[in-house]
Amino acid sequence: MTDPLLVDLSRLQFALTAMYHFLFVPLTLGLSILVAMMETVYVMTRRKVWRDMTKFWGLLFGINFAIGVATGLTMEFQFGMNWAYYSHYVGDVFGAPLAIEGLMAFFLEATFVGLFFFGWDKLTALAHCVVTWLMALGTNFSALWILIANGWMQNPVGALFNPDTMRMEVTDFAAVIFNPVAQAKFVHTVSAGYVCGAVFVLGVSAFYILRGRHLELAKRSFAIAAAFGLASALSVVVLGDESGYAITDHQKMKLAAMEAMWHTEPAPAAFTAVGIPDLESRTTRYAVHIPWAMGLIGTRSLTTQIPGITELVEHAQGRIRNGLVAYDALERIKADRTNADARATFARTQQDLGYAQLLKPLIGDPLKATDADIERAAWSTVPHVPSIFFTFRAMVACGFLLIALFGAALWYTAREAGAPRWLFRAALLALPLPWIAIEFGWFVAEFGRQPWIIEGVLPTALATSELGIPSLLITIAGFTLVYGALAVVEVRLMLRAIAKGPETLAEDPAALFPGVGVTKDEARLAAAE
Amino acid sequence: MFAFLSDYETLRLTWWVLLGVLLIGFAVTDGFDLGVGALLPFVARIDVERRVAIHTVSATWEGNQVWLVLGGGAIFAAWPALYALSFSGFYLAMFLALLALILRPVAFKYRSKNESPAWRSGWDWALFVGGAVPALIFGVAVGNVLQGVPFHFTDDLRPIYGGTLLDLLNPLALLCGLLSVAMLVAHGAAWLTFKAEGPVAARARAVGVKAALATTALFALGGLLVWAGAFGGYRVVTQLSGDGPSNPLAKEVVTEAGAWLANFRAHPALALVPFIGTMAPLLAAAGFRAGREGLTLLASKLGIACIIATVGLAMFPVILPSSTHPGHALTVFDASSSLATLRNMLIATVVFLPLILAYTAWVYRVLRGKVSERDITAPGSPAY
Repeated sequence: MTDPLLVDLSRLQFALTAMYHFLFVPLTLGLSILVAMMETVYVMTRRKVWRDMTKFWGLLFGINFAIGVATGLTMEFQFGMNWAYYSHYVGDVFGAPLAIEGLMAFFLEATFVGLFFFGWDKLTALAHCVVTWLMALGTNFSALWILIANGWMQNPVGALFNPDTMRMEVTDFAAVIFNPVAQAKFVHTVSAGYVCGAVFVLGVSAFYILRGRHLELAKRSFAIAAAFGLASALSVVVLGDESGYAITDHQKMKLAAMEAMWHTEPAPAAFTAVGIPDLESRTTRYAVHIPWAMGLIGTRSLTTQIPGITELVEHAQGRIRNGLVAYDALERIKADRTNADARATFARTQQDLGYAQLLKPLIGDPLKATDADIERAAWSTVPHVPSIFFTFRAMVACGFLLIALFGAALWYTAREAGAPRWLFRAALLALPLPWIAIEFGWFVAEFGRQPWIIEGVLPTALATSELGIPSLLITIAGFTLVYGALAVVEVRLMLRAIAKGPETLAEDPAALFPGVGVTKDEARLAAAE
Repeated sequence: MFAFLSDYETLRLTWWVLLGVLLIGFAVTDGFDLGVGALLPFVARIDVERRVAIHTVSATWEGNQVWLVLGGGAIFAAWPALYALSFSGFYLAMFLALLALILRPVAFKYRSKNESPAWRSGWDWALFVGGAVPALIFGVAVGNVLQGVPFHFTDDLRPIYGGTLLDLLNPLALLCGLLSVAMLVAHGAAWLTFKAEGPVAARARAVGVKAALATTALFALGGLLVWAGAFGGYRVVTQLSGDGPSNPLAKEVVTEAGAWLANFRAHPALALVPFIGTMAPLLAAAGFRAGREGLTLLASKLGIACIIATVGLAMFPVILPSSTHPGHALTVFDASSSLATLRNMLIATVVFLPLILAYTAWVYRVLRGKVSERDITAPGSPAY
C-alpha cells in the first residue's frame, strides 16, 4: 500500500505547480484576445495609438507568457513523474487530449508567438494581425483540450476498464470530446481568463489615468477592457461551471459540499448565503438562507431535488458493495483469464469497481471489508466541506464585485463627462480579484473532487508513483525555490515595464526607416513619400 | 484503403515509427536551440555577439520546443506504460532536466529587460544550463535504456522502479550523454554558421568541426561497445502477437550480450542507418571547413536522425527493457494504447502534422536571412 505521506506530498507538489502555472495562463488567455482586438482596430483604422496599444500590452503579455510556457512543461511531465499508476491506468483516455493539445493548439500558439514579437518589420500590418489572431486562437484551443482532459477526470465518459490490460480504455472518443462537464468547464475557465486579462488592462490603464500619463492610450484601453470584461464576467456567471454539477454522483457531492447541504431538502432548495459548516455534528451553524436560490442555480428548475451529503453517502455505500462484486470478479479473472463467468460478472458491475478501491487505502484488501469499513469508505467520498464552502463563496464574491466594476466602468466611459477618480482607484484595487477568484475556483473544482483522481474510477490515494519521500522533498523544495525566484523576477519586470510605460512610436514612420519596428507596408509607404 | 486503421499490429508499428519521428523532430529542431544555448558563453563573448547568437533562435525556439511537449503528450497517449515508467523511474534526472528547461523560456525573454552586465551574464549562464543539461540528461537516459532499467510491475500493472539517480550515471550511460551533447553542440554550431554573421559564426565553425568529429568518434565507440557486448542486450523469446492485449507480463525475455545487433544481422540493409549516422557528422565537419553552411546543417540533421533511429532499430521490438525482471520489458506489441486510441491519434496526426510543417516552414521563410550586429543595434529593433 502506498505511504499516505507520499500521497500527500505528491498532491502538494501537484497543487503547487498547477496553481502556480495557473497564475499565468488566465492572463495569457485574456491578453492574447485583447491584444488581437486592439491590433484589428489598428489594421482597420491605421491609427497609431492602436498599434502602440498592441505593442505595449503585447510586451506585458510576453513577460507573462514566458513563465506560463516554462511552468507548463512541468505539467506535461508531472503526470508521468509523480502519478505513474494514474498514467498507466488512464493514459489511453487522458493522454490523447494532451497530445492533441500539442498538435492542434500549442504548436500554433508557440510558432506564431515568435512572429508576433519579431515579425513586425517582416510582415504587412494585415499579415501580422492574422499572426496575432492565430496565436490567440492557439492559446484558446490549448485551454479547450486541457479542459477536455480535466473534464474527463470529473466525468469519465466513453471509457471502460479492460481486465486484460488492467486499465481504462476509450470506447467512445466523441463522448470524451463532447463531455458536457468539459464543455461547461471550458466556457467557464476561458471566460475567467478573459476577465483576468480585462481586469489587468483596466487596472493598469486606471493607474496611468490617475497619474495623468499616456492618456490617449490608457483611456482607449480602459474602454475596451471595460466592454470585453463585462461580457466575459457575465459569461463566467451565466455559463458557470455549476451547469455541469447535476450530472454525476460526485459532481452532486461537490455541489452539496459547496452548499454544506448535509441533507436533501424539498425542491427548490434554499441557498445558504453565509454560515459555518461543522464537520463534527454535520450541520451548518448560523446559516442564513435565501429561499429557492440553490434549486434555481443548481438545477435551473423549481422541481428537481438536489441531494444532500448524507443521502449521497448512503448511495455511495451501495456502489461500494456493488464494486466489491466487480473487484472479486477481477481477482478471479486475474487468476484465470478464461473464466467466462467472472468476466460476465465483471462486465455487469464494473462501473462501481472504483468504489471498491476506496477501501484499499483504508484496509488494504477490499475483500476483507466489514460493514463498518464500508461505511467509513462511503464517508470518505465527502470532501472537506468547510474549505469548499468558504472558497466557493469567496470566488463568487470576487466575481460579482468584478461585474459591478466592469458595469460602472462601461457606464461612465460611455458618458461625455468621463469617469470619476474613485472608479479608477477601484479598478486599481481590483487587480488581485481575478487571480483570487481563479485560484479558489481551481481549488473548489479539484479539492472538491477528492477523494477521486478520476471520479468513481480511481481514488487519488492509489494513483501516485512509487517514489521515496526524500525524492519528493527534493523536488518540492526545488520547485518552490525556482518558482519563487521566478515570481519575484516576473513581478519586478512587470512593474518596471508598467512604470516605464508604452513607447509611443513616432507618428511619422519615415523617422524609423529603415524598417525595424514598423510593418512592411508602412515602410514601403514611407519610402514612397 | 483505410483497412490499416483497424489493424492493431500496423497501428502499433506506425506509432513506434512516430515515436522515433517525434524524438528526431525534437532533436533536429529544438536540438539546435539547445546547442546554441550550450555554445553561447563560448562562441559569443561580448553582449552584442550574444544578442546575435540569441537572435538566431529567438523567434523560433518556442515552436521547436513544442516537439518536446508533444513528445511527452504523444508518449502518454500512445505508450502510457513507457510514459509512466520512464518519467517516474528517472525521477530526479527528469526533474533536473525540467528545471534546466524551465530556465530557458524565461532567460530568452528576460535577459534583454535589463542592461546590467551581471543580470545579462546570469541569464546567459541560465541559457547555457538550459541547453547543456537537458542534452546531457536525455543522452544519459538513452544510455540507461540500452542497458536495461531496474523495474517491474505488480499484478495490477502498478509500475515499480528500483534504481537511484546515481545508478543512472554509469560510464556507458555517460558515454551516451556525451554523444548527445556533442551531437547537439555540433548542430547548434551548424545553425549559428548558417544564421549568424561575423565573429559568432567564425567561432561556431571552429567548435562545430570538433563537435562533429567527436560525434562520429563517440557514436562509433558506442557501436563498438555494443558489438563487444558491453551494453548487454535483450531478446524476446515469446512470439508476440501483433494484436494481443497490451499487457507486458505475458512474455519471456532473455538477456543476451550482442542481442542489440540481431536486427542488423537479420536485415543487413538496416546497417545503412548506423553507417549514415557515422558518416553524416564527418560530412558536417567537412562542410564546416568548406564554409558550406546549408550542407553542414543538412548533414547534421541527417546524422542526428540516423543516430536516434539506430537506437530504435537495435532494440526493436523492445522499447524499454527491464534489468531486474527481463520479462516485464515494454515492447511495441504489449505496451501500447488500445487500438481505438492509436487510431484516433493517428487521424489527429495525419490532419495536423502537415499543417504544422506548413506554417512552421512559412515562419522560417518570413524570418529567413542572416542575423548581423547591425540588425541588433538598429533603433527600435525588437531583438532580445
